[in-house]
Amino acid sequence: MRISPNFVDKIVKIGLNFQAFFTVGILIAIVAVIFFKGSPYLNLEFIFSSPEDMGRHGGIFSTIIGTIFLVLLSIFIATPLGVGTAIFLTEYTKESWFTKIIRFGVESLAGIPSILYGLFGFIFFVVKLGMGWSLMAGVLTITIMILPTIIRTSEEAVKTVPRNLRIVSYSLSATKWETVTKVVLPSAGPGILTGIMLSVGRAVGETAAVIFTMGSSLRLPTSLMDSGRTMAVHFYILAREGISMEKAYATALVLVLSILFINIIAYYIMNKVTSKYS
Amino acid sequence: MDIKIRTEELRLSFGKREILKGVTVDVYKNKITGFMGPAGSGKSSLISIMNRMIDFEENATISGRVFIDGEDILDGEIDEVHLRRRVGMVFAVPIPLPRSIFDNIAYGPRLKNKNSGRELRSLVQESLKKAFLWDEVKDRLNSSALKLSGGQQQRLCLARTLALEPEIILLDEPCSGLDPISTAKIEEALNELKKEYTIVLVSNNTKQIARITDYAAFFYMGTLIEYGTTEKVFTNPSERKTEDYIQGKFG
Repeated sequence: MRISPNFVDKIVKIGLNFQAFFTVGILIAIVAVIFFKGSPYLNLEFIFSSPEDMGRHGGIFSTIIGTIFLVLLSIFIATPLGVGTAIFLTEYTKESWFTKIIRFGVESLAGIPSILYGLFGFIFFVVKLGMGWSLMAGVLTITIMILPTIIRTSEEAVKTVPRNLRIVSYSLSATKWETVTKVVLPSAGPGILTGIMLSVGRAVGETAAVIFTMGSSLRLPTSLMDSGRTMAVHFYILAREGISMEKAYATALVLVLSILFINIIAYYIMNKVTSKYS
Repeated sequence: MDIKIRTEELRLSFGKREILKGVTVDVYKNKITGFMGPAGSGKSSLISIMNRMIDFEENATISGRVFIDGEDILDGEIDEVHLRRRVGMVFAVPIPLPRSIFDNIAYGPRLKNKNSGRELRSLVQESLKKAFLWDEVKDRLNSSALKLSGGQQQRLCLARTLALEPEIILLDEPCSGLDPISTAKIEEALNELKKEYTIVLVSNNTKQIARITDYAAFFYMGTLIEYGTTEKVFTNPSERKTEDYIQGKFG
């Protein structure tokens, strides 16, 4: 008996629907659990007061500040470096053994578990360069950790910009740099932003590499050489050491909400930019 | 008559493939010169040498000389960015940049630091008028150039080239994808433009070459077969190949 193509079509459609709902369902379930477990303990005081008694009481203000500084500084350093590398690889060199080695290195680095970055950061920044457990060592380690992601996504984004647009730009008497800044980067913007957002996510959620390099001090960091704690690390320690599951879930909720918030802001800004270039 | 562009024994090859086999041709100032010939005759490659856009093709080898106003533009000393301001180009496929109509036209002038509002606006307006597009877009200069029709986009590309204030305009089969009305508008524009500019038109369309050019050159397999006034080439060609091509026996 032949199965009719229409029947297959229906089955496939139902199957794909199920898969999509399943994926989204898991996501919603996770967020829901965090929300219900965390929201009773979440209030302004929790956000704006400092942790007391290892986090058993008080809020998470110092860890919010620690997270913001760590993520922002890492992104600020990694983005120009990563986008620059991507531009170099795609626009300023021809394919050669040299670019292949760089690309191979980047691919390999992207697959390394974060704890190895942590170990490297500890040995090199914390011990060898004598930075101690500090925001600085954390920022540099996280920068190295997210760099491969930014390079790869930026390179993919830059490659999708049609060659025709570059040719037109050159024919209108633009130099290479003018073409890169006025045509290539605006067109590749959304793709590059995706890479940055992925990196923000990784940096916000990172624990292993951060504990090794930035330490886990609960005091508010006031300089780059201070140790500090991020929300993810705080959550990990609260839960792992059984200090306070309530505070742990409330911390996780702040973490999730801030990632959501950052995403919304980023895509809002990107929409503004891309509407100018379409 | 003034010679604007002169090529001497110009040879071009991509790897081992010879595209131009020693082309010597003069392009006269304030005339429309048509380059025609079947696909692979080298006519498009020839004009892309004239503003050094050929530089973006991989493993192209060029020998011979190309003079513009007596200056050799294949000389290593030449500033190709400056050259491309003097020698503008319109491509076969209209390629608007993903931005507004105004910003498309202003792209070239802004690179030259012409940013002042009034000067820039009048340059944009003038360029659009010269390309016979102004009336159709004057109310929506800030809307996306991608929303224009194909024919409008090609006139936008012409206007964008004009905004560079070039001396020479190279057109590489500019009407190949356009309807007859759009084609007519472009031809009308070119006829006006030759008073101020030297124009080289590459086209597969022999009728178009006959309609609007002053001089016509016929290329075949990288060789210039025949060159003369359009009238002479079309009414009394001296080469058999030219005659066959014009009559549509091959091409």
